[in-house]
Amino acid sequence: MLNISRLQKTYRSAGEQCILQDVNLELVPGDYVAIIGESGSGKSTLLNLIAGLDLPDAGTVTLAGQELTGLDDDARTRLRRRDMGFVFQAFLLLPHLTVLDNAALSLKLNGVQHNAAQQRAHAVLTAVGLAAMIHRFPGTLSGGESQRVAVARALAHEPRLVLADEPTGNLDAASAGMVLALLREQIKVRRSMGILVTHSTAAAATADRVYRLAGGELRPS
Amino acid sequence: MIGAAWQALVSGPLRATPGRTLLAALAIAAGIALGVAVHLINASAAAEFRRAALQLAGAADLVVRGPRAGFDESLYPRIATLPGIALASPVLELTASRSSGNESLKVVGLDALRAWQLQPALVAGGTGPAADLFDADAIRLSAAAARALGVAAGDRLDFQVGTATVRLRVSGILADGAYRQQLGVMDIAAAQWRFDRIGQLNRIDIRLQPGADPRTVQRALQSLLPPGVYALTPDAENERSVALTRAYRLNLDMLAMIALFTGAFLVFSTQVLALLRRRTQIALLRALGLTRRTVLALLLAEGGLIGFAGAAIGIAAGYVLAQQVLAIAGVDLGAGYFRMLQADLLVEPGTLATFLGLGISFALAGTAMPAWTAAHRPPAQGLHAGDAENDPVSGTAVKTGLATLAGGAALLSLPPVQGLPLAGYVAIALLLLGSVLVLPQVATLLLARIRLRLAMPHALGLAQLQATPRHAAISISAILVSFSLVVAMLLMVTSFRTSLDDWLVRVLPADVYLRAAASGETAYLGPVEQQRIASLPGIARAEFLRTQTLLLAPGRVPVTLIARDLDAQHASRTLPLVGAPMLPAPGAPPAIWVSELVADVYGMHPGQVVTLPVGDPLQPWTVAGVWRDYARQNGAIVMDRSEYTARTGDRLANDVALWLAPGAAPAAAARDLRAALRSDAPVEITSAAEIRRLSLAIFDRTFAITWALEIAALMIGLVGVSLAFSAQALARRREFGVLRHLGMTRREIGIMLAGEGALTALIGALCGLATGSVIGLILIRVINRQSFHWSMELAVPWPALTALLIGIVLCAALTAAISARFVMRHDVVRAVREDW
Repeated sequence: MLNISRLQKTYRSAGEQCILQDVNLELVPGDYVAIIGESGSGKSTLLNLIAGLDLPDAGTVTLAGQELTGLDDDARTRLRRRDMGFVFQAFLLLPHLTVLDNAALSLKLNGVQHNAAQQRAHAVLTAVGLAAMIHRFPGTLSGGESQRVAVARALAHEPRLVLADEPTGNLDAASAGMVLALLREQIKVRRSMGILVTHSTAAAATADRVYRLAGGELRPS
Repeated sequence: MIGAAWQALVSGPLRATPGRTLLAALAIAAGIALGVAVHLINASAAAEFRRAALQLAGAADLVVRGPRAGFDESLYPRIATLPGIALASPVLELTASRSSGNESLKVVGLDALRAWQLQPALVAGGTGPAADLFDADAIRLSAAAARALGVAAGDRLDFQVGTATVRLRVSGILADGAYRQQLGVMDIAAAQWRFDRIGQLNRIDIRLQPGADPRTVQRALQSLLPPGVYALTPDAENERSVALTRAYRLNLDMLAMIALFTGAFLVFSTQVLALLRRRTQIALLRALGLTRRTVLALLLAEGGLIGFAGAAIGIAAGYVLAQQVLAIAGVDLGAGYFRMLQADLLVEPGTLATFLGLGISFALAGTAMPAWTAAHRPPAQGLHAGDAENDPVSGTAVKTGLATLAGGAALLSLPPVQGLPLAGYVAIALLLLGSVLVLPQVATLLLARIRLRLAMPHALGLAQLQATPRHAAISISAILVSFSLVVAMLLMVTSFRTSLDDWLVRVLPADVYLRAAASGETAYLGPVEQQRIASLPGIARAEFLRTQTLLLAPGRVPVTLIARDLDAQHASRTLPLVGAPMLPAPGAPPAIWVSELVADVYGMHPGQVVTLPVGDPLQPWTVAGVWRDYARQNGAIVMDRSEYTARTGDRLANDVALWLAPGAAPAAAARDLRAALRSDAPVEITSAAEIRRLSLAIFDRTFAITWALEIAALMIGLVGVSLAFSAQALARRREFGVLRHLGMTRREIGIMLAGEGALTALIGALCGLATGSVIGLILIRVINRQSFHWSMELAVPWPALTALLIGIVLCAALTAAISARFVMRHDVVRAVREDW
């Protein structure tokens, strides 16, 4: 379960700018929600706080009973490694690893033995329809294929929470639809929780619930 | 437009990161400073050497020069009356041993009346030659000699002649500018008498009649001269002495060039990093219409500017360094050629301009490849916000590298140029350059062959290296260049030291060595003293040795003739022979053994019959073998003393090797020896172990400068690695951001990079070991052999090499981890996002 409670974040670098104020959100396994908002509305800041990449000025983020703000950086990193998966707009696959190795990366970082990690990654890649491409390198893939590998990487270690930051921003409509469907399906199948951050209302419509972030507040849309 | 582009592309970024620019400039400055200091000191020494010799020759047009032992003075009147000769001035030149202390004094005996017309400054006294010079016990000293010896006019100076003491009176001090080095001037008759050289001269200075053709007179003179005596112009006479030091001076210059080379490599690493940072600006300017050529020109101009700044700093620092070295240690840089020489720093603007040009050229060379790559990168790639990887090494470089290596190998077979191993040095430079060029390919092959299944995060690091071997090649190159130079020097110095040590053991078989004087050529042991020494009860065996000089060619300095008690059948027991000996057949001329220098320079080889000016007339000798001689840089010939005495009548000895009787103590033997000589002569009595210790200490002192250079090369290499890793870490910020998202801690990323650094350094060090070994072999087999005619056995310092290898791997790992830490200080997480 993910519980976000009274989250606040203010940037003070160029004058005081309140990005988030009193943000609350609760997710249970199988939940898949979308957050929409304008550029600069604080979507990425919220994602960073949820991921433990940044710390709030006030409020809490609790994942599976662990309160992130009470953990040091290493502990938050370990939690992220174990319990979270990420899908980025720019795919961000490691170019020097094969498709299979990219998908197995999170598993290996979690200490899963090489062979077991490869087998599990292969299974996820099969699930996303890339079984035939496991030995290819990212540079040879299309945008849609790359994002499917990224989805596989995000899900392979069966995290409790998947954070997808504009996952269709670099894709054509057909590929975007395929990736969004895949993401939803895999989150549901694996009983993970998913947060999709997007500009696109069409993309957001694939989620169970849609929230709008505006003026530092998160409200159901 | 150019101004704006310059501001955007060069001056702005330079101002933004002055530290890195300064680092690159300082790397060039270090090499230039070393080069300038070494060159200025050596050039000053050589110039002073020439000047001193010309002052001694004075207004002479020709100089008749024989061996140090001299020639019969009856030659003088025959020369003086030759047509075309206006004046002939007889000279006896010798290095007089002092009765106290270890130093000797150069003394010239002159005919004051004749010398007044040739070298008036040396004999001046009022309006003519100084009257005091005609006193039999008078010696005039140069101001430098008076200062060094701590004496003034009227004081007494004791010299050792044989084992007796000869006391002379300091009759005057030469004017300051008369002769800048240490010198004593005497009347020639007095010098012949007091130094036991009656009837002998070893130089005649000649002034030609107006209009006389020097070459014609020189030819006429030469026909009159006995073997081993030559008529030379003063310039040729000087040049042969200075030539002796030329190879040594060039070696030091080359060492400085190596420092400059590593400096250029640092510029390369710095520019790769700098241009990686500026790829967006470059792409933007290209998109705005700046041509590739203009971008390239601007970037090269930046490199040239760094070179100019570095060279200017280096020249100033080198000048100060040279001044300090001159003030503290004098002009001798360790080899002893200019040990007693006093000189002022000579600054030639042309030389400094050359160093300025060198600094700029090396910096441009270091900038060229990254600048070319940056200028030719498609603008679209640079404008993309991602951390697009950049490939600074062209694939076609491999072919050029192989061709460069082949060219270097081909040069190794070329002979020296005027005694200098120029082709060898060029071969080393090509070898280094070729190695760097083929390195990406070698790194690719080596990394591809690593099949380790590593745990995270090292597995990721290995995958990164295997996928981007050409990026790793920059770091590997930095390690290769510095480590290969260290390995080469270590290999050469260790081989030399080991060979020297073996040589000392071989040439010093006796327990104790007695030398008539620590230095100088006027001390000797007469037959009576030799008999007394040999018959001492504590002495089991005594072998006497006489050294003289032979002038074998007019353009060369005399070689040393060593006449020693020697069993020709078993010469290899006494002499460190190289190659098989070839004893003379029955009835053939007696045997001589020539040093490697004599064999190389005079073309002598075992079995050959040669004539030598030993005794009169020329005598034939059979070359029975070639031996290794590290003691004399002018060459040496060994012959049996009985053969020498039979031909020359000279029964004197300079040194004696003594084997003590069983139970005899060295200290007691030394006491008995001094008592047996019945004089106060400061004979030098030293154990073989002490001579060995002193010799090795001198060797270590001579090569001390190379250790400083090795440390500098290693430091520069590590800075290069640091810069290369900084460049890579910067380029991989996005990757690090992803890894941080995926749950890798900063420490794990640091460990990953440290692992990459260690592996990179290991490959670089192994490649450096291979390249350095080849360079070391070139130094041993080509450079040393052609420069000094010294062969040596290869000795590999495995413990030192292993320690160095481990050290450099650890340092590189640390350097890489620090680079990662530096990059991770910034928010790498943000690097993964494009829409902020």
